[in-house]
Amino acid sequence: MKQDNLLLSLWQVSKRYPGVVANDKVSLTLAKGEILALLGENGAGKSTLVKMIYGVVQADEGSLLWQGKEVVIRSPNMARSMGIGMVFQHFSVFETLSVQENIELSLDAGFVKDAATLRAKIIELSAAYELKVDPDRYVHNLSIGERQRLEILRCLIQNVKLLILDEPTSVLTPQEVAGLFKVLRTLASEGCSILFISHKLKEVTALCDRAVILRGGKVNGECVPANETPDSIARMMVGSEAVLSERYHKTIGSDELLVTRDLSVPPTNPFGTGLTKVNLSLHKGEILGIAGVAGNGQEDLLEALSGEDTRAEAGSILINGRKVAKLNAGERRLLGMSYVPADRLGQGAVPDMSLADNTLLTSARKGLVNRGLILPHKVVELAKSIIHRNDVKCHNAHAQAKSLSGGNLQKFIIGREVDQNPEVLICAHPTWGVDIGAASSIHRQLIELRDNGAAILVVSEDIDELFMISDRIAALYEGQLSHAVHTEQTNIEEVGKWIAGSFMNEDKPQEDVKHA
Amino acid sequence: MLKTQARLESSKLMSWLSPLIAIVLTMLVSSIMFLALGINPTTAFKVFIIGPLSDSYNLGELMVKTTPLLLCATGLALCYKANIWNIGAEGQLLVGALVGSYFALQANDDSGYGWLAITLLAGAVAGMFWAAIPTLLHQLFHTNLILTTIMLNYIGLYLLLWGVHGPLIDPEGFGFPESAIFADALLLPTIMEDGRASISIVLAVVFAIGSGIILYRTLPGFQLRVFGSDQPAARYAGYSSKFIIWSVMLSAGALAGFAGVAEVTGPIGQLIPQVSPGYGYAAIIVAYLGRLNPFGIIFAAFFMGTLYMGSDLAQIELGMPTAITGLFQGILLFFLLACDFLIHYKIIWQPNKSNSQTAPVSTKQGAA
Repeated sequence: MKQDNLLLSLWQVSKRYPGVVANDKVSLTLAKGEILALLGENGAGKSTLVKMIYGVVQADEGSLLWQGKEVVIRSPNMARSMGIGMVFQHFSVFETLSVQENIELSLDAGFVKDAATLRAKIIELSAAYELKVDPDRYVHNLSIGERQRLEILRCLIQNVKLLILDEPTSVLTPQEVAGLFKVLRTLASEGCSILFISHKLKEVTALCDRAVILRGGKVNGECVPANETPDSIARMMVGSEAVLSERYHKTIGSDELLVTRDLSVPPTNPFGTGLTKVNLSLHKGEILGIAGVAGNGQEDLLEALSGEDTRAEAGSILINGRKVAKLNAGERRLLGMSYVPADRLGQGAVPDMSLADNTLLTSARKGLVNRGLILPHKVVELAKSIIHRNDVKCHNAHAQAKSLSGGNLQKFIIGREVDQNPEVLICAHPTWGVDIGAASSIHRQLIELRDNGAAILVVSEDIDELFMISDRIAALYEGQLSHAVHTEQTNIEEVGKWIAGSFMNEDKPQEDVKHA
Repeated sequence: MLKTQARLESSKLMSWLSPLIAIVLTMLVSSIMFLALGINPTTAFKVFIIGPLSDSYNLGELMVKTTPLLLCATGLALCYKANIWNIGAEGQLLVGALVGSYFALQANDDSGYGWLAITLLAGAVAGMFWAAIPTLLHQLFHTNLILTTIMLNYIGLYLLLWGVHGPLIDPEGFGFPESAIFADALLLPTIMEDGRASISIVLAVVFAIGSGIILYRTLPGFQLRVFGSDQPAARYAGYSSKFIIWSVMLSAGALAGFAGVAEVTGPIGQLIPQVSPGYGYAAIIVAYLGRLNPFGIIFAAFFMGTLYMGSDLAQIELGMPTAITGLFQGILLFFLLACDFLIHYKIIWQPNKSNSQTAPVSTKQGAA
């Protein structure tokens, strides 16, 4: 390979954490102006690898060559001064400062002469790359897409040679994704290398020149995505034995089980959205998907429906015709509701408690308690059966919840909630951060529960997932909900526009006439 | 090079070893202190540890010291398990003693054990009431429980001093700030021939065991533990935070109040200004020394009681200052908190690799 064209190469890099080898002798190269995808399931070692490149952690073994010279990148500061920029999945911006102030803060002293020069440079760059952000606006007023543009701008202003993006599209609408890709291609054509971390195969195929696939901390393959199908790449990510995406048949639900009538809640914090007159109806034997970009009121909707937040008007939430808005989560469970929360560790499970205790958390009614006395054998028995039936990988029923990987814990929590045979299941981000194999087993669980007559509400940011499993779909934008349509009668582009709020301009449509 | 490394799972073994290590370290450090005072550490420990256990009178006195510690620490452990920072056991104990004394003084020579029961109940209810004040403020105005419970300790103390100097003073006591000595029927039965140990130590152990069973074997106890270790999970599961906070605070108040009334109707036999030498505060250390587990607290309370007794004996036999008890407690708590680090972290020996690695790299860089 032409040595002088190489920007970065990693040679036999390893990083160990207690109990896990995050990276095991990983070697890869990145040429100037190349867009390289780093693919892998959760826990495959992608994040650790880029953290080493960005100087957040140091490798235990192996070496790193930057423009042909061996270097040790000791800190993100050093990485930045070398020309490495990174856009994290969770943005690191100050909400109470303006765009320009945020950029200023990230620069070394003496990088620009004065504020006016910086301002001119921001405007020039944002025009050149179509990264439209007003330097005077405050960050808390920016949409997620705009915040991401700010982060990219912040990297560009320092003449970045390598831009690392960690799952950049997970928070964007399909339209915003297209815009981002355009920017990235322009950058690459000017010689900037891009390391694109993702597990969305379609995007990788559309954007990247080359892909390196990590599995279990090792490089499991390399390919040119354009020559592959998403399926063949997925095989490299998960191995040959896993069952990949399936098509599930769509159904039409029967009786209404869960209804909200003009459900409104004020925001819980100054930067929150709250809910404004949300009307939805969830029927027996269907999955209703709620699409939307993070931060548009999903948390408020989930808390109001689950009973963690009981501020809503008494009559605004009905289960089987009964007013429940003032009941807490435990009382709603007695009415046949189960809930898979957004935050697995810390909400859905107590980190320091065993899986057995975490089974008892929501399943006490299942004969695990006799006159207030806990029956430890029954608890362990149920925990074991949940672990076994859902293929949860763990030490045993006495393992602490925090010792499980995210995907395994999610399988456990969904198993626990499904096991209660709920009439209504509220499910938040069912497969967020879960590997492909586990994701399809979670999907099958939900479909099976639906086919047994449960009403399921799924809130997810993954629009492909919603199209795969939901029977009807609606979008949440700034705390307002669009009307729901049958998944088969719409398409990703249309829902993508709703996610960006287009439904608010339409005439208020009738709530799904099919069920009336 | 020694390095610390996070454990994958918290160590159960370490959570019980940690207090023992802390006790050993406390003994080492206090040996230095004894040497500085010109006292042979072996003699000192003989007085401190062996002394309280040496004869039946001392053993009885040990139980007298242990009882209020055990009662208060059991209540506090329930609070701390629920992550509720009640520092008010001292005040609750004092108010329990004050109100209990008021009831005891209403009795006369004809009163039976029924009146004693009412007196004990009154003390416990007074402690509950004293705990209810900060709880109510917390529920209504989100006041900080640590601050309000501490403040109420002082209010409780001055209330007791007012009582003992004013309305409850013995009219025939020559103006000494003491109440009249309680009628015989108002005194708790003792459990040993000589000495002052009363049945309250038995009750304290029963309460501790009962609390342990509730905490680890019942659903409300489980809910309490979930609430304490992870509030969002408790909210998710639909456990009522109001119910949990009120139950632990009122239980702790009742136990501390009972401890107070059992002091005045037990070993003291009248109301005096010095009902408690800081039992309510020492109970915080006892609760942690016993790992917030009521069964462990039984041992911890006896250990702390030994220290109290030991420092009394050290004053008499070695002429050491009273401050020694406070010093002991402070050092012990300090080491206990430090040793708890080992529950979540382990210390490993790792050859210093990073230095040997960076050296050749920098030379390479220089050559390139």
